[in-house]
Amino acid sequence: MSHLPRLLAALVAGILFGFGLSVAQMIDPAKVVNFLDVFGTWDPSLAFVMGGGLLVNAIATPFILQRARPVFAEFFQLPKKTEIDRRIVIGGLIFGVGWGLAGYCPGPMLTSLSFANVDILTIVAAYLVGTLITRIVLTRLDARAVTP
Amino acid sequence: MEIINFTPVPAFIGGALIGLSAALLLWAKGRVAGISGIAGGIILPVRGDLDWRIVFVVGLVLGGLLYQWIGLGAGVDHIRAVVDTPLLIIGGLLVGIGTTIGSGCTSGHGICGLARRSPRSLVATLSFMLSALVTVFIVRHVFGG
Repeated sequence: MSHLPRLLAALVAGILFGFGLSVAQMIDPAKVVNFLDVFGTWDPSLAFVMGGGLLVNAIATPFILQRARPVFAEFFQLPKKTEIDRRIVIGGLIFGVGWGLAGYCPGPMLTSLSFANVDILTIVAAYLVGTLITRIVLTRLDARAVTP
Repeated sequence: MEIINFTPVPAFIGGALIGLSAALLLWAKGRVAGISGIAGGIILPVRGDLDWRIVFVVGLVLGGLLYQWIGLGAGVDHIRAVVDTPLLIIGGLLVGIGTTIGSGCTSGHGICGLARRSPRSLVATLSFMLSALVTVFIVRHVFGG
């Protein structure tokens, strides 16, 4: 049962994340859109969500990365890319339009499946379709770039 | 500008829990707690790298259920979608497309990437914050939503 501690850690991390998003009310798209409405009815709360998350994680991360390896894995798998390419900007801009339109980013969307209604199922389905299509297209583009 | 519904304390506590979750996943599994990355790896999985992703997403839902079960804070009864079905579909599609092209979302870039001082994540975060602000401005103040 060597997988058990590893999976238990992933489960607890998921629960903490979903619980934290709920406590912060990021699961309420009206609150999210008001956070983004700086020139109208502004609700600055979500800046404190990002601030709290960033503070805890920024303090913990350097200590964790001093370890030779994670507790239940062979090595740390951090994102390897460092260059600022077009994709990082274009992807961010497209994501922001969707986030601003509907008030849902991926974490709150999936956490909201805990009280799923038709609206939540609709946006999660659309999100998964968008992700699937884009992954397939990008995989083909990258394969073509390697073997012209 | 008018400030409404400002709830800094639950926001900060919730944010700190999210930071703790990200730290736990890095410490235990050596992975970044980016939700779009974790979910994306379920949709088109790589062999041997699937089980923990499913378990994490199940945890997200359980975390939401736990919050409702304890009966904390504002609850979820007041929560409604802010747009009609067509815009929900467009919004969901754009979030899927954008986070896949841009390798991450609010959590992966905004919380994990910035905590590692990744310039790439900073550019990503500035990009999606900018376009989200502009989108809400256009929807609410140009078209008068």
